[in-house]
Amino acid sequence: MSTERINTPDLNTPSEPFVVEALTAEQIKEELTRQYPSKVKRKRDKQIVLNEKKKDESGSLTLPVINANTRTSPGIITQRGCTYAGCKGVIMGPTRDIINITHGPIGCGYYSWLTRRNQTKPPTEEHDNYIPYSFSTDMQDENIIFGGEKKLKAAIKEAYEMFHPKAIAVFATCPVGLIGDDVHQACREMKRELVDCNVFAFSCEGYKGVSQSAGHHIANNGVFQNMVGNQTKEPKGKFKINLLGEYNIGGDAFVLEEMFEKCGITLLSTFSGNSTVEQFEQAHWAELNCVMCHRSINYVADMIEKKYGAPWIKVNFIGAKATAKSLRKIAEFFNDPDLTERVENFITAEYPAVLKAQAEILPRTEGKRAMLFVGGSRAHSYQELFSEIGMKTIAAGYEFAHRDDYEGRKVLPDIKVDADSRNIEELTVERDEELYREPKTNADLESLKNRDFFENYKGMMADMGEKAMIIDDVSHHEAEKLIEMCQPDIFCAGIKEKYAVQKLGVPCKQLHSYDYGGPYAGFQGAIQFYSDIDRMVNSKVKDMIKAPWE
Amino acid sequence: MRKIAIYGKGGIGKSTTTQNTVAALAEMGKKIMVVGCDPKADSTRLLLHGLAQKSVLDTLREEGEDVELDDIRREGYGNCLCVESGGPEPGVGCAGRGIITSINMLEQLGAYEESEELDYSFYDVLGDVVCGGFAMPIREGKAQEIYIVCSGEMMAMYAANNICKGIMKFAESGGVRLGGLICNSRNVDNEKEMIEEFAKQLGTQMIHFVPRDNDVQRAEIRKMTVIDWNSSCPQADEYRALAANIDANKLFVVPNPLQVEQLEELLMEFGLLEGVA
Repeated sequence: MSTERINTPDLNTPSEPFVVEALTAEQIKEELTRQYPSKVKRKRDKQIVLNEKKKDESGSLTLPVINANTRTSPGIITQRGCTYAGCKGVIMGPTRDIINITHGPIGCGYYSWLTRRNQTKPPTEEHDNYIPYSFSTDMQDENIIFGGEKKLKAAIKEAYEMFHPKAIAVFATCPVGLIGDDVHQACREMKRELVDCNVFAFSCEGYKGVSQSAGHHIANNGVFQNMVGNQTKEPKGKFKINLLGEYNIGGDAFVLEEMFEKCGITLLSTFSGNSTVEQFEQAHWAELNCVMCHRSINYVADMIEKKYGAPWIKVNFIGAKATAKSLRKIAEFFNDPDLTERVENFITAEYPAVLKAQAEILPRTEGKRAMLFVGGSRAHSYQELFSEIGMKTIAAGYEFAHRDDYEGRKVLPDIKVDADSRNIEELTVERDEELYREPKTNADLESLKNRDFFENYKGMMADMGEKAMIIDDVSHHEAEKLIEMCQPDIFCAGIKEKYAVQKLGVPCKQLHSYDYGGPYAGFQGAIQFYSDIDRMVNSKVKDMIKAPWE
Repeated sequence: MRKIAIYGKGGIGKSTTTQNTVAALAEMGKKIMVVGCDPKADSTRLLLHGLAQKSVLDTLREEGEDVELDDIRREGYGNCLCVESGGPEPGVGCAGRGIITSINMLEQLGAYEESEELDYSFYDVLGDVVCGGFAMPIREGKAQEIYIVCSGEMMAMYAANNICKGIMKFAESGGVRLGGLICNSRNVDNEKEMIEEFAKQLGTQMIHFVPRDNDVQRAEIRKMTVIDWNSSCPQADEYRALAANIDANKLFVVPNPLQVEQLEELLMEFGLLEGVA
C-alpha cells in the first residue's frame, strides 16, 4: 500500500462526502458474498437474509429463515469467541466471591482477566472480591505429559488456604480436554477435603461447540447443578425476582438494583452481574425470573421453572421505553396495587429527564443510521436506544445467537439439533417435590398464559424494518463491504472490530465493554447512551479522515 | 549414522527383537544408541539387565532445565547406549507429547552429534501410531529407515499395513523409507511365504524370518538378550543374521499399502492353503 493512502487530510478543505450509488438491498446482499468460493458463498447466503415480514392467513407473522449457530467457515475472520470465553468470561466472570481458576496454560487465564469491564461492588472492603485477580494453574509441558490433576488440586488448595472463599470454580481449557484430566473428579475430591468450600468444574474446553454460546450453556448447567437450590431457608422480601442475563458491564446492574429497590421489588439474584454465591444459592426462591439476554441464560430460566415452579418473562432494560414496559410487566405479574403504584411513581419520576435528553439530542441524531453486530442479544436490545433518538438500524446480526434469537421462540421446535449442539450436555430436570411451588401471583395466570406473557421472546427480526439486512456471524470482509456500500453513521461491535471499522472513517461503539462508558441500562443509562452516541456520530474527527476508497 | 525406527502391532515383540538385533550389531563392533519410545520404559531392559533406567521425562521433571546427557543415558550390553523416553502412567496426561519433548531434548543435548560417533540409533516405538507424538520418530530429520515387526497373524499384518500408510504420508514430506518387514514367527501356516508375498506387494522385502524359539523367553526371564545369555544357541545366530541383513540392506522404499480386500485375499490364499488342499 502506498503511503499516500495513509491519511494525510487537508484540514482546510474537508473531503467530499462519499456518494453511495443507489444499490438495492438485494444488490448489497449479493455483493457481500460475491467474492467467496462457491461453498462458502452457499453457506453465507443462508446466514445473510433480508428482513421480509409477511402475515400469513391466520394473521401471524412469518419471517425468513436464517441459518445460525452453525460452524464458522474457516478463514472468514469471525467475531466469535471460544467456549471457555463464554463460560468463564461471560457467565462466571462477573461473580465476585467465587475463585475462578483457569486450568490450562497461562494465556487463557491472562487474556480473560478483567477484559469485559464487568463491575462489582462489595458492601464493605472486608467482603470477598476476587474479580481483580486472575487465577490459573499455569500448565507447563510437564503437566501436559504427566497430566495436570495434581497441579490443579494443589492450586485449589493454595487458593483456599490464601483466601478461604465460599466457592472455587475450575475451567477446563483446550489442552486439558485433549489430555483427559478429570477436572470434575479432582474438584469432588477437593470439596470433600476442604469441607466448607464448594468446589466444582466446567468442561468448557475452548474447541467445544461452534462459538461461546456453548460455554454459556455449560455455565448455566454448572451454576444450576452446583449452586441454585443450596439455600434451604426462604429469604425475606416481597415480590421476589431474579434478573437473568445481566452482566453489569459498565455498572448496568447498579442502576437496575437501585431501580428495583425504589420500586419495592426484591432482587434475589442477578445472573451474573454484581452477583455472589449467596445470590445463586437462593435463586430458586424467586417468584419470577426476568430474562434479559435470552441467548446466554434461557437454559437456567427453563430449568428453574421445571424444578422449582417460578415462570419466566422476557424483559429488556436497555432503552427507556423498554425499561418502563418491562417494569410494568413485572408489576402486572404480581398484580399488587401497592407495587403497581410504586412502579408508576418511579417511571413518572424518571421519565422527564429522559424526554428532556431526547428532545435535546434528537435533532442532531435523527435519521442517522446504525449497524449492530454484537452478542446474542445486544444487537437487538440496543436498537431500542437508537430508535429513541431517531436513529435507524439498517443492518444487524449476532455473533453467537441461535435461530430463536432472530426469529423468536416459536421456531424452537423446528430447530435442527446438529451434532455440535448435541456435544453440549442437556440436563434432564425434574420437579423438586419439596421445593416446587406454583407461581405466586394475584393475576389471572391463565389469561396471562394465553397472552404469551411468559417465555415469550419474539426475536430480533420482528422488531426490525422491512428489508433490513440480518447477518449471522458477520465476517470481516462483509463488515467492510457493508460499511463501504452503506456508509452507516455508527457501527456497534466489539474490540476485534473497533479499530478496523474506525480506520474506515466510521465510529465504532463497543457494545461488549461499552468502551470506557456506561451504564446504559434503565432510565439513567439511556440518557448516558444518548449523549455518548451523540458525541460519536456528530464528531468532526471522522470528516478529517479519508477512508481508503475515498 | 543410520537412524532406524521399529514399529509393529502391540505385543508382537518389537522390544525383544530390537534389543536382540542391537546385541548382534554390537557384537559386530557397531556403536549404537537405543531410544525407547514407550511410556512403560521397558525397551532397554534386556540390554541393561533390568529396569534401572531413569527416563528422560522423569529426569526432566526432577532436575528441571539442568539435564545432562549422562543423566539420561546408560551404557548397556556391548557398550550400546540406552535411553528411555518414559511418560505418564496409563490413563493420564499425554504420552505422545512426552515422546516429542523427549526426542527434542535428546537432540538439544547433542545425543546425535557426530562427536558421539554412533553407527546406529534405534527408536523402539509403542504399538500402533495412535497420535502425532508416536509418529515423531519418523518425522523429518529423525529416523530414516523403518522396519516393521509382524507375524502371519491377521491383526499383525493389518497393523503393518496401517503403519505403511503412515510411512507413506511422512515419506512425502521427509525422507523416511521402509527397510523391510521382520517376521517374528508365531508358527502360523505358510507364515514365511505369506509375509514374503505381503512384503512384495508392499514393494519391500522380508528382511529376515525369525523362528519361534523358547530360548528367547529363557533369556528374557534372565533380563538378557539371547546373545548375552547363550551366544552359541541357534536363535542367537538368527538375530546375527537379521543384524547382518539390516547392516547390508540397500532396499529402501516408499511402501504401497494394500487395500483391505487385497490383504484379506492374501490371507485367504496363504492361510487356507492347507484347508483347500
